[in-house]
Amino acid sequence: MATAVKEKQKSNVVLDYLRPGKAMPTVWCAGCGHGIVMNGIIRAIDKTGLSKDEIVMASGIGCSSRMPIYLDFNALHTTHGRSLAFATGVKFARPELKVMVVTGDGDALAIGGNHFIHACRRNIDITCILLNNYIYGMTGGQGSPTTPSQAFSTTTPYDNAEKHFEPTKLAIAAGASYVARTTVYHAPQMEKLILNGLLHRGFSLIEVISNCHTYFGRLNRQGDAVKMINDFKERSVPIARAKSMSAEELEGKIVTGLLHKKETTEFCDVYQSVVDRVQKGM
Amino acid sequence: MSNTGSDSTADSKQAPKASGKFKWQQGDPLPLEINMKWCKACNICIALCPKQVFEPDRDGKPVQARPEDCTLCTICWVHCPDLAITSSYK
Ligand SMILES: Cc1ncc(C[n+]2csc(CCOP(=O)(O)OP(=O)(O)O)c2C)c(N)n1
Ligand code: SF4
Ligand code: SF4
Ligand code: SF4
Repeated sequence: MATAVKEKQKSNVVLDYLRPGKAMPTVWCAGCGHGIVMNGIIRAIDKTGLSKDEIVMASGIGCSSRMPIYLDFNALHTTHGRSLAFATGVKFARPELKVMVVTGDGDALAIGGNHFIHACRRNIDITCILLNNYIYGMTGGQGSPTTPSQAFSTTTPYDNAEKHFEPTKLAIAAGASYVARTTVYHAPQMEKLILNGLLHRGFSLIEVISNCHTYFGRLNRQGDAVKMINDFKERSVPIARAKSMSAEELEGKIVTGLLHKKETTEFCDVYQSVVDRVQKGM
Repeated sequence: MSNTGSDSTADSKQAPKASGKFKWQQGDPLPLEINMKWCKACNICIALCPKQVFEPDRDGKPVQARPEDCTLCTICWVHCPDLAITSSYK
């Protein structure tokens, strides 16, 4: 695998990675943040210098999970919540491939919560991009495990009585070795965090806060795509600054940057050493 | 991959070095190419451009109204959700 990180990049590089014959534009609503994430993912992958055939992109079901349809990688569009399980199988069988998962907050944390914590726990070398728009976009705006307490969705019409997950905290606690958060406003930072996640050996989670103005924005009176994206900018606090802020000060804020990184053993490597040992009869 | 090597579509006058300052002049091709078929008129590029280069047309799609102010800063094309913006200069 090539590992030289490319410094310069042409503006039209994104077009090199679209699946031939697949009709653009995408199905996403005008201004959907998921498109900005797709843009950033392509640019990050391009910088790794890996060929398209060395990349596997798996996803489940949701607006976010439609991404691999448009991209010319080895694609695995699986069932709702199960993409990490499929991706684990692929990585295990073909450890030389770079395996990525694109998932939504509902896909990863509600129906797929079980797979999510165990992928983190194993620290398998998968780069997981979690597009968190705080809601089920595809099915019409139902509440998800990240819908903030007191926020509105079609299933919390009088506001959300539940507490919400912070996916990054969950991932760190479960054993993921690279955990970062950013927003679609911070496109250059997003690209960098995804690139470093791809270069990291182990389970990397990059949570990208994305705008579903069609449901979350409308139900919570947050306005259109531009308003929501600018709101992400206003509410963001870089991790370095957040460290000196109190819990009250951080209420409602989005802490961005690399939140956690740990060098530790990776699942496929450890498993291979077990295989080697058993084959030697030890 | 087509992102390596020289770009034969732009001559040297129209393709300043990335380190050099970009200055659009009357008669040059416009700074950006906008794919109007893919553009969904989301207004993101228009709102985020730090130099207010764009004005919306009657459908809400971006028109480069002040090309002389464009610095090729990349902001519009890295934020376009529909991959509709590129530039032959960069
Ligand atoms: C087994 C199963 N249960 C439920 C559904 C319906 N369903 C499709 S997408 C989705 C939620 C997607 O939400 P999220 O992962 O947050 O993605 P988004 O659409 O917001 O990007 C649900 C519940 C399904 N397709 N399969
Ligand atoms: S419903 Fe929401 S998440 Fe789905 S495409 Fe529209 S804006 Fe994006
Ligand atoms: S950001 Fe892209 S899709 Fe949105 S208005 Fe600009 S060119 Fe069109
Ligand atoms: S490259 Fe920068 S200055 Fe030029 S139009 Fe785009 S956002 Fe504006």
